[in-house]
Amino acid sequence: MFRYYAWLAARGLKRNPGLTALMVLAIGIGIGASVTTLTVLQVLSGDPLPGKSDTLFYPQIDPQDSLGYQPGEEPPDVISYLDAKNLLNADRADRQAVMTGGGAAVIPDKPGIDPYLLDLRYTSADFFAMFEVPFLHGSGWTAADDEARARVVVISRRLNDKLFDGGNSMDRNLRLNNQDFRIIGVIDEWRPNPHFYDLNTGNYSDSEEAFVPLETAIQLEMGRNGTMNCFGDERLSPVQALTSGSCMWLQYWVELDSAEKQKDYLNFLTSYSEEQRRLGRFERPVNVRLRSLMQWLDYQKVVPEDVRLQSWIALGFLVVCIVNTVGLMLAKFLRRSNEVAVRRALGAPRASIFSQFLLEAGAVGAAGALLGLALSLLGLAAVRMQPVDYAELAHLNGLMFCAAVLMAVVASLIAGLLPAWQACRVPPALQLKSE
Amino acid sequence: MDIQPILKALRHQKTAALLIAFEIALACAIICNATFLIVSRLERSQMLSGVAESELLRIRAASLDDDEDKMARIREDIAGLRGIPGVVSVTATQQVPFGQSSWNSGVRTSPDQQNSVVNATTYYDGGEMVSTFGLKLVAGRDFSPDEYYDFDDVASGAVTPSSIIITRTLANRLWPGEPPLNQAIYMGGSDPLRVIGVVETLVRPSIWDDSTAHDCMIFPTRGAPGTQYVLRVQGITPDAVIESATAKLKALQPNRIVRGAETFTQLREEYFRQDRVMAVLLMTVIAALLVVTALGIVGLASFWVQRRQRHIGIRRALGATRGNILRYFQLENFLIVSAGILAGMFAAYGINAWLMQHYELSRLPAYYLPIGALSLWLLGQLSVLHPALRATRVPPAMATRGG
Repeated sequence: MFRYYAWLAARGLKRNPGLTALMVLAIGIGIGASVTTLTVLQVLSGDPLPGKSDTLFYPQIDPQDSLGYQPGEEPPDVISYLDAKNLLNADRADRQAVMTGGGAAVIPDKPGIDPYLLDLRYTSADFFAMFEVPFLHGSGWTAADDEARARVVVISRRLNDKLFDGGNSMDRNLRLNNQDFRIIGVIDEWRPNPHFYDLNTGNYSDSEEAFVPLETAIQLEMGRNGTMNCFGDERLSPVQALTSGSCMWLQYWVELDSAEKQKDYLNFLTSYSEEQRRLGRFERPVNVRLRSLMQWLDYQKVVPEDVRLQSWIALGFLVVCIVNTVGLMLAKFLRRSNEVAVRRALGAPRASIFSQFLLEAGAVGAAGALLGLALSLLGLAAVRMQPVDYAELAHLNGLMFCAAVLMAVVASLIAGLLPAWQACRVPPALQLKSE
Repeated sequence: MDIQPILKALRHQKTAALLIAFEIALACAIICNATFLIVSRLERSQMLSGVAESELLRIRAASLDDDEDKMARIREDIAGLRGIPGVVSVTATQQVPFGQSSWNSGVRTSPDQQNSVVNATTYYDGGEMVSTFGLKLVAGRDFSPDEYYDFDDVASGAVTPSSIIITRTLANRLWPGEPPLNQAIYMGGSDPLRVIGVVETLVRPSIWDDSTAHDCMIFPTRGAPGTQYVLRVQGITPDAVIESATAKLKALQPNRIVRGAETFTQLREEYFRQDRVMAVLLMTVIAALLVVTALGIVGLASFWVQRRQRHIGIRRALGATRGNILRYFQLENFLIVSAGILAGMFAAYGINAWLMQHYELSRLPAYYLPIGALSLWLLGQLSVLHPALRATRVPPAMATRGG
């Protein structure tokens, strides 16, 4: 039976190739636009560290003075050096790291490369283990290196390729701002998306090319990136601001492996704030947060609004394409009223007419899916040419591939439903009488 | 022409007519909102900067020499850059309009006020900023040479800043309806900063809320961290001096990295790139939507012309002219499209309300509706023309055929 329907469907589609092409085109364009935008949306709202992210938390406290206090406000996104130091020393989490972005001039030994500015990350020892950073050679530094303000550096594979031709550069020197740093580790390809641990330096930017202990960077007054917010009326020089308790500029992450520890840590943040209030440092009421990694990304509205808007527009466009296809299919099916009437008169039940037309609709959908996939590959190639930091992430994946096929077939079945219903209601006798 | 018979005939084509109306309604709703989005994005990318963009060039350099005298370096650089043919003036600053990276501060109008009134950005004028940028003073005066001080002296407490130039937008926000000259503002502490001049407009380096995009303050501060140079070029285009300016900085101090130079046209283009990409994308969607809708109408109209061949034949046999038949289909299309537009207008406001809630968009101005309606009527008429002309060619003899 199915083969007969398929044959009928093929005949039907061949009869008006123009109309058929139009329907395939409409479904294809709609699917292409939707899959392109939804793929970008899906890639951008992904989990940067699957399997690990639910044990990573971003603690927030509010250390500010009462000036400008408004109840109900969220605590600041960054913390001061003093608070970071206090939290690190309290050592209440499984792992913890303080960090910020920065930059320095790298002066290569390799002839033929002029000095250039390099993106850096200043952080503390646990960073590498906590974020499961893969190493090609060596490892990160230790807490003792932090303490000693050691001149050590961990570099990326890219930088290693550029400056050391991909060789093992362990224990060689990297010259940053006229200071020698000993290379103690080379990181393998590592690009968590989004760039969750510091959203100040671009939500989807690549990871930094070199990592230096924060204490060392502060001691050497290396340049930093990102915002700094100061409160209070104490006048501070830029250098003093770095280690003060009233200038907030550092990100702070903790790893907490159980629900128990998470609850304890939140309590700890509260008691720390209360203690600081008693000391007269914090003037505002206790205001703490402990967001998990994914909650933090959500709170920071990491996915660009335009990307969401584009998805909505594409879906709206798909709806128009479907409605259009409904109209065209209706015209196509009802044109064949005579054929239906003959088949009905010869004893075909309504159900078989209905399924025959639905099969035809499904075939249009399958063709539309193919076209849609081709168009979305083109669309994603166009996205990759855009000057945005997430450009190179826009690739079709298995999930979106299946979603595209499913969407097209469902779309065309929905589009075929009403026309097929109308067609199978053609009364046999009346149609035979006419013409 | 009488509408009555058309409505009657439409009753027999309910599904098809409803489908076209629905398609028009959707198209109307989407097109009105998309056009509105396009216009607001393009308007945003035209945001006033207040500076003579076509004549300006920004150049950045980073020294590799830790021991040099920073202030002497800047003085020497400015003098050197000023000597380049075509350069009429040079200023040093730590941030530029549309340059992304910015210094901002909370501003109060009295020392004991508990809440910051406004957040404003702080431009540090390393000399001749007002004339180099081409800012227009609307009240007061520019800084006099003896008012300038070094950033490090402020940080160490040796100098207390006391004069400031602000934008008119900021002045209106701080003292609505009052003359801003000689008013005092307070930042961190209780030292007043007197307003000595007001410029017409100047934009922030980075904008997170368009309504506060022009809240700027200018301090006569030299040698702030991140000092960069802005060159005003006349007689030739700014990009013509990029090479000589870079070479000059390199020659004055070889031990440094010159981080390239950008014209302000480039800075603006880069800053609003996302807005323009979005506008182009929306235009593509509108074009595709119009094509798809038109093709849908052509398809359905052809179908129903074919279905009513006998009906048309009878009318022709009864004396209807070809013009009558043509106008019949045109009027029919007009009625269906009008119904769609009516529904589409409500949908347009629905979508707009949703967008306002989620995307900080303003209310859709009413004049978008007649424009949307007009374009859809036109689209409908163009799409129905071909099928309707085919209908006029149906011979009266068709009436005698069976069916």
